[in-house]
Amino acid sequence: MLELLGLPPEASAHAAEIDRVIVLLHWLMAVLAAGWGAFFLYTLVRFRRGANPVARREGITAGWSTYVEAAVVLSEVVILVFFSIPAYSARVTGFPNAMEATEVRVVAEQFAWNVHYPGADRTFGRTDIRLVSSENPIGLDRKDPAAADDVVSVNQFNIPLGRPVIVHLTSKDVIHSFGLPQMRVKQDAIPGMVHDLWFTPTRTGDWEIVCSQLCGLGHYRMRGFYSVQAPEAFTAWLREAATP
Amino acid sequence: MELEIPYTVEERPDTGLTNARLAIWLFLASEVMLFGSLFSAYVLLRSGSEFWPRQADYVNIPLATLNTIVLITSSVTIVMAWASLKLQQFRSYRLYMGLTVLAGLGFLILKGVEYGQKFEHHYYPATNNFLGMYFVLTGLHIAHVIGGLVVNLYLLGPGARMWKTAPAQFTGRVEAAGLYWHFVDLVWIFLFPVLYLL
Amino acid sequence: MPTFFRRYIFSLDHKVIGVQYALTSLVFLLFGFTLMLLMRWQLAYPGQPLPFIGGLFGVANAPGGVMLPEFYNQLGAMHGTVMVFLGVVPLAVGGFGNYVMPLQIGASDMAFPKLNMASYWLYFLGGVTMLASFVLPGGAANSGWTAYPPLSYFATIGQTVWLGGMLFLILSSLLGSVNFITTIVQLRAPGLTWFRLPFFVWGQLVTAFLLLLAFPALQAAALLQAMDRIFGTSFFMPSGLVYGGKVVAGAGGGNPLLWQHLFWFLAHPEVYVLILPAMGIVVEIMTANTRKPIWGYRLMVGSAIFLGFMSFLVWAHHMFLTGMGTSISTFFQTTTMIISIPSVIILSALFLSLYGGSIRFNTPMLFALAFLPMFGIGGLTGLPLGLASSDIALHDTYYVIGHFHYVVAPGTIFALFAGVYYWYPKVTGRLMNETLGKIHFAGSFVFINGIFMPMFIQGLAGMNRRLYDGGAQYAHVKDVLHWNTFMSWSAWGLGLFQLFFIVNVFLSLRTGKPAGSNPWQATTLDWAATSSPPLAHGNFASAPVVHRGPYDYSVPGTREDFIPQHVEHADGEAR
Ligand code: HEA
Ligand code: HEA
Ligand code: CUA
Ligand SMILES: [Cu+2]
Repeated sequence: MLELLGLPPEASAHAAEIDRVIVLLHWLMAVLAAGWGAFFLYTLVRFRRGANPVARREGITAGWSTYVEAAVVLSEVVILVFFSIPAYSARVTGFPNAMEATEVRVVAEQFAWNVHYPGADRTFGRTDIRLVSSENPIGLDRKDPAAADDVVSVNQFNIPLGRPVIVHLTSKDVIHSFGLPQMRVKQDAIPGMVHDLWFTPTRTGDWEIVCSQLCGLGHYRMRGFYSVQAPEAFTAWLREAATP
Repeated sequence: MELEIPYTVEERPDTGLTNARLAIWLFLASEVMLFGSLFSAYVLLRSGSEFWPRQADYVNIPLATLNTIVLITSSVTIVMAWASLKLQQFRSYRLYMGLTVLAGLGFLILKGVEYGQKFEHHYYPATNNFLGMYFVLTGLHIAHVIGGLVVNLYLLGPGARMWKTAPAQFTGRVEAAGLYWHFVDLVWIFLFPVLYLL
Repeated sequence: MPTFFRRYIFSLDHKVIGVQYALTSLVFLLFGFTLMLLMRWQLAYPGQPLPFIGGLFGVANAPGGVMLPEFYNQLGAMHGTVMVFLGVVPLAVGGFGNYVMPLQIGASDMAFPKLNMASYWLYFLGGVTMLASFVLPGGAANSGWTAYPPLSYFATIGQTVWLGGMLFLILSSLLGSVNFITTIVQLRAPGLTWFRLPFFVWGQLVTAFLLLLAFPALQAAALLQAMDRIFGTSFFMPSGLVYGGKVVAGAGGGNPLLWQHLFWFLAHPEVYVLILPAMGIVVEIMTANTRKPIWGYRLMVGSAIFLGFMSFLVWAHHMFLTGMGTSISTFFQTTTMIISIPSVIILSALFLSLYGGSIRFNTPMLFALAFLPMFGIGGLTGLPLGLASSDIALHDTYYVIGHFHYVVAPGTIFALFAGVYYWYPKVTGRLMNETLGKIHFAGSFVFINGIFMPMFIQGLAGMNRRLYDGGAQYAHVKDVLHWNTFMSWSAWGLGLFQLFFIVNVFLSLRTGKPAGSNPWQATTLDWAATSSPPLAHGNFASAPVVHRGPYDYSVPGTREDFIPQHVEHADGEAR
């Protein structure tokens, strides 16, 4: 079923959990559609006027449909309780320890993704909207000592393989949505709020950040890139990016 | 060729309702949802904001208290007006309905004074979200008061001719207007503590 | 004699008002569809000039015939708005509800004819307002039909006009729903008890309650957004925004999610407003054309009522990705699964109803039958969206677009087509042409699936909705991109086959077979009123009295295979 559905490749630790919900539901859907579809076609042929000139008023009297409905309810409950709720809860709670994770801020704007790395000191420098300019898209205060080693990259999001990533997500102007299809990550970036999300990449590769919320005329081209790199490559990239 | 619609005057036996009475209740249910949505918006904005202005700094509590009294009085008088019709006392109906209208006008005048004070201090809807909600909620309420006033004036003046031709239907109309007026009153009784006292 | 104006323009007769609604909303449906046909060009052939008509839209929208992203976004927002608020709901409720419901309950008119007229004209005003917004500087609203702030805050003047249009439409539907409920409760014919109501009437009743109680939330929201846009308040505007390189002035402190809550508090019930009248139409047509009653009538009525209640408790399933915690998301996932149950029951009951029938395949029946699997597909694909975990992958992809179009287009629109074919003889006294009707059905069925089925493939692959270039930029969807042309050609094919419908509607006025009062030999009271010449104001020659349930078809022992509701005792019927 999974191949049939043609989802993007799974490249994060939790992707399989989400896909499992999708697959289970599509099985349920397939069974229901096939079953009722067959019943439907059968009745159309068997009870067409030509074959059955006089209708039987009481119609079907067998009670199996009640069991079918009960089975649907049961399947939904199982998928909901044992698969979906745990999978979603793990996304919004159960954050890893920040010391063991790669932490970044992502600030969306029309029509770009600004990625802010805290650098070696693991502390984000102060930001202030009054400092925002075209060279300084997130308004980072370079005078703040914590900002000295911060890295800000635009539309390029690098992350190391195998370590949890924590993203603090917000937006400068309108609502965007931070979508990493291969990670099974999607989260609205809402101005005035910061939302945290986390995931653990399990495959290296170069993919795209997809803006998934209508954000204006450039919504369609609000594309960023993200690369899952081997840890050494990532460290090297970060070091290079931090040297002015 | 006006068509006879049943149950405009007499009640339908199995539902115990006239059309107008059912309709006004339905309309009020929808109004409850409207003001309910705005109240929820107010609560969400207030609880979600980092600093909410001290409401008492902006509002005139004594004036609003007076207004509350005026409006509650008018609710009483409109009941008296309806009761008078039930007792076939048309003249006291006129008196009480007249008082209701006066009270409604009084409310508007006091409210106008209050708005004037706000503008004098350069308090506008855009000043902050408290004032924004204040103007939206009271403004919508004022619109409802005006609507009610127009209806009540009509029932006092030209509409009252119906008392001669169709007294039962006329009483029904006054009843519906009264229900609406109580609702407007009730909204204010919510607004008053929320906007002025909390 | 009433004047021309009283009779056809400012009529108080629910039947004339129903026809006014129906014609106006059909024109809007066609208009909404046309907007989509333009968009599908851009999706299939991004950046290429529109053939033939590209020059018509002016340099502000389509310089050199190439549609700009601004224009695409206007078309998208207005397609959604027009289809939902000006097309489907006015046709299903204002059109069919107005015309058929009073007849089915044996009433001489709506409870408040003047209010009814006012509803129609408010709707008309709202529609004109929406249309007019296209010629404003900056064009029509372009922030999606969902109008999320802050995007809608920064949008052009068209957004303000959109809000104004919505206020008219909301007012119209509030008056209408008060009128509908009062009519159904108060004006039922003697003997027409609650469980003798045709299912269509139940559908309209629940719908009217949804409109009555859900729309005020959008009314409040529209008012607040209008305040933000006109008076500079910040209800939906947080502090510290930087837009276009500049810090946004204003008090700030607002919350963009507040809008979403208010909007979806309406818009989720609204989707059941789109489906319940359609189900009602389908039931009427199915019973008449299977010659047997519906299976589990009371169960279906109960499900419809339950559906109505629950639809107020699921709205935030449209907002799973706005940063919801575990408990809230658990609540909304659970309610969403619960609300799917009554739909499953209703649909199963419809399938079961076919069993034992004597099925006539006329045009209305074909459309009604097609409704079943199409709604089934649309409903089933709602399930992965209803679970917060799978919605992470599917939210805002074409999977969502596929899901709801299956419910509203081959679902509701087909039911509406069925209704037009079915009640046309009641309105005009003539049947529509069957050959043209069957061609219309076959073409529509094939092509509409050609549009919407590939959306699931694209959506699962991660292709997003609301993309001006149809996803051409993105590498991860390049394997499913080729479907865009297929879908667009299907859409144009669908458009072509609508010509058979339009021709049929007008042609049958003159050449249709005279229908008599009860061409389908149906049991409900609408068929007890004489058809041709069209009914006078007042409907029934003498007030009908009801003696039986709605679907007394094929009662054993009787000579005819149907007994109308107003017949006290039929030949051969057991006492
Ligand atoms: C008439 C309209 C309609 C109807 C009836 C529904 C019905 C349902 N919808 Fe849908 N929905 C919309 C219209 C509708 N929806 C619209 C317009 C949107 C998008 C708005 C936007 O963002 O622009 C939307 C979006 C939407 C979302 C948000 C997705 C997202 O943005 O990420 C969700 C999530 O929960 C959802 C869920 C559901 C569910 C669980 C049902 C359930 O009620 C369905 C229950 C039905 C069944 C379960 C079918 C049972 C079938 C059988 C028993 C047999 C089948 C047989 C055969 C196939 C032969 N819908
Ligand atoms: C009821 C609602 C409804 C209906 C019926 C439809 C019908 C159709 N929709 Fe629509 N659609 C929406 C509601 C609806 N849509 C919404 C809410 C959105 C989201 C907007 C947003 O992003 O904000 C959307 C978005 C949307 C998109 C996505 C655009 C994007 O994300 O960029 C697409 C893409 O193909 C699409 C296509 C179609 C097509 C091909 C039809 C066809 O099925 C249309 C078929 C129509 C007909 C067949 C009508 C025929 C009418 C007649 C024949 C009248 C005859 C007249 C007389 C007799 C006088 N729609
Ligand atoms: Cu940013 Cu869409
Ligand atoms: Cu919904």
